[in-house]
Amino acid sequence: MSQKMSPPIQKDPQKRAASMRVVEGSYAVAHAVMCSMPDVISAYPITPQTHIVEHLSQMVADGATDAEFLTVDSEFSALSVLVGSSAMGGRSYSSTTSQGLALMYEVLYNVSGMRLPVVMTVANRAMGAPLNIWNDHQDSIGARDVGWIQLYVENVQEAMDATPQAYKIAEDLDIRTPVMVCMDGFILTHVYEPVELLDKERVRSFLPPYRPEHILDPANPYTFGAFADPSTYTEFRYQQCEAMVKSMAKIEKAASEFQEIFGRYYGGLIDTYRTDDAEVIIIAMGSVVGTIKDAIDQMRAAGKRVGLVKIRSYRPFPVKALKDALKNAQVIAVLEKDVSVGYEAGLTTDLKAAFYNSNLRMPIVGFSAGLGGRDITIHDIERLVQKAEAARAGIESEFEFLTLRKEIL
Amino acid sequence: MEKSLLAPGHRACAGCAMPTTIKLVLDAAGPNTIVASPTGCLEVTTTPFPESAWCVPWIHSLFENPAAVASGVELMVKRRGHDTNVIVIGGDGSTFDIGMGSNSGMFERGHKILYVCYDNEAYMNTGVQRSGSTPFCANTTTTPWGKESLGNPRPKKDMPAIAIAHRVPYVATASIAYPVDLRRKVKRALQVNGPSYIQVNAPCITGWTFEAGIMVEISRLAVETGLWPLVEWVNGEVTEVKKIRMLKPVDEYLKTQGRYRHLFKRPDGAAILKQIQDMADANIAKYQLVD
Repeated sequence: MSQKMSPPIQKDPQKRAASMRVVEGSYAVAHAVMCSMPDVISAYPITPQTHIVEHLSQMVADGATDAEFLTVDSEFSALSVLVGSSAMGGRSYSSTTSQGLALMYEVLYNVSGMRLPVVMTVANRAMGAPLNIWNDHQDSIGARDVGWIQLYVENVQEAMDATPQAYKIAEDLDIRTPVMVCMDGFILTHVYEPVELLDKERVRSFLPPYRPEHILDPANPYTFGAFADPSTYTEFRYQQCEAMVKSMAKIEKAASEFQEIFGRYYGGLIDTYRTDDAEVIIIAMGSVVGTIKDAIDQMRAAGKRVGLVKIRSYRPFPVKALKDALKNAQVIAVLEKDVSVGYEAGLTTDLKAAFYNSNLRMPIVGFSAGLGGRDITIHDIERLVQKAEAARAGIESEFEFLTLRKEIL
Repeated sequence: MEKSLLAPGHRACAGCAMPTTIKLVLDAAGPNTIVASPTGCLEVTTTPFPESAWCVPWIHSLFENPAAVASGVELMVKRRGHDTNVIVIGGDGSTFDIGMGSNSGMFERGHKILYVCYDNEAYMNTGVQRSGSTPFCANTTTTPWGKESLGNPRPKKDMPAIAIAHRVPYVATASIAYPVDLRRKVKRALQVNGPSYIQVNAPCITGWTFEAGIMVEISRLAVETGLWPLVEWVNGEVTEVKKIRMLKPVDEYLKTQGRYRHLFKRPDGAAILKQIQDMADANIAKYQLVD
């Protein structure tokens, strides 16, 4: 992964290869959930997350996990069930995507507002209309402000490894905030990749049992979900914001503790690739990061000084880490799979806002690409870099659709 | 009677049947109980943070999900091998309308949950708007009577039948005017190894518009006219019916409430009163309410 930051624990490549298995991305995630010893899993089918809950239901059927597995009537109920199980002190899991995440919208705010450490995999998919089942990030970026931590992963191994990390972060008593692990639908959920599967025992040494401070217990009755008027509502939100700030250190700590036990590291809040002397730095999230790295290698071979910053944690937004990683860039190009109809797109505007009250004054240009599953090729990334380089002489467009088919408009 | 599990000092209206319903249900269920409730009058009047009237663990999440939340609670109760009662207490807006999907899911999955609907026949927390439970020709703020309207144009949704269609093993109707009957039904429901549903007639002083102090009398009149039959269904079969000793005409019930006042003022109200009487007579015949 990162040149500087991820030393493999198993140095002998033959031994490393022997411990790897080729599995589907959804299987890897299901396996990680199983190893995280959940109490309750709720499931509702929606493409492309369905394989995750199918694999989990088979694990339950085979006795590989003793989790309560509940098939429900909607995504709305899937997450609502977890409000109850999590308030009872049970480690709780579900997964969804796109329309399903949108149907959960009300419950998303409720889970975070009640400070319930639910973990959910979001198999990122486009939002309709028009109906589209393929990957982009519109679903989770649209849920940016719901009070959940959002981690984006690059490949199947990271999707698996981020799952126990997510529980560790969410359940920390200083944090008590739910986490979405966002993985690209189809591109990661349906791909078969060689991975090192987690094992339950080592996950147990990494992830302690969930010990909440407050639960629904007749011996010590608490009221959950009370009604707050203007004299207290603000303080509930403030405490959530505070927890988000604290979670940055916990996300980094979980990543390094995971590395100590498993030998794998993907960066804490962000990761960097060939940024040291880079003039142009691309920022992106998710599986496209792999393509960008290949494109960078090719451009570097041709003498272009291009680097990459990968964002793992979109919420909390890692402002300090980004400033440190980007401070020497001459131009920044954001590549993102979403759009805010009416003004640019999430990551572009967030990044510009982060830099505004600082002395960093390099141009930042945003590009939306990969919407509704359209491929992003190495050639597209080369074009993006050309456009970014041109912006050094003066920004012509702050934001554009990178792969627009003008001929069908 | 032991100390109530709903503390005094909640903010419900004087003369509201909702806290009475809760007290009777909790009195029958006892302290080893967890309650889930939807958004509504119950939630805003009993849990203004940092106060709570609840002496049992209680959770509110959203308007349309208490049955799903309770499903998650029940799974954890079962997982831990506890014998704690899991009860939903919610109003008719949540139960009949917006929460129907999650209620259906909970019923169909067979959770050991008692669902109690305190039925005041409209959205009272938002100011008396029509719900699927609002009776025929009742005046609400979204079905007002006027030159072209006689109030709510549709009869009340038959929610017990919907529960029975889900093969809910124990279903009952109850009334706050019959507290012994209600407590007994709650106790029976809690012994069922599966879902159960009790729908309680719970008059709303502001929505039905009546004078404080006659809430119990109004609820009794609903039963004594045949408009609210007290029935118990076990595995879909009627097992018990409360007989009416002194049958009364529906007018005696309707005229106590402002929501029906227009039916007595307007010349075309008489035909409607006759239709409502027909509905009561149909109940009387169906459940053999009168010997």
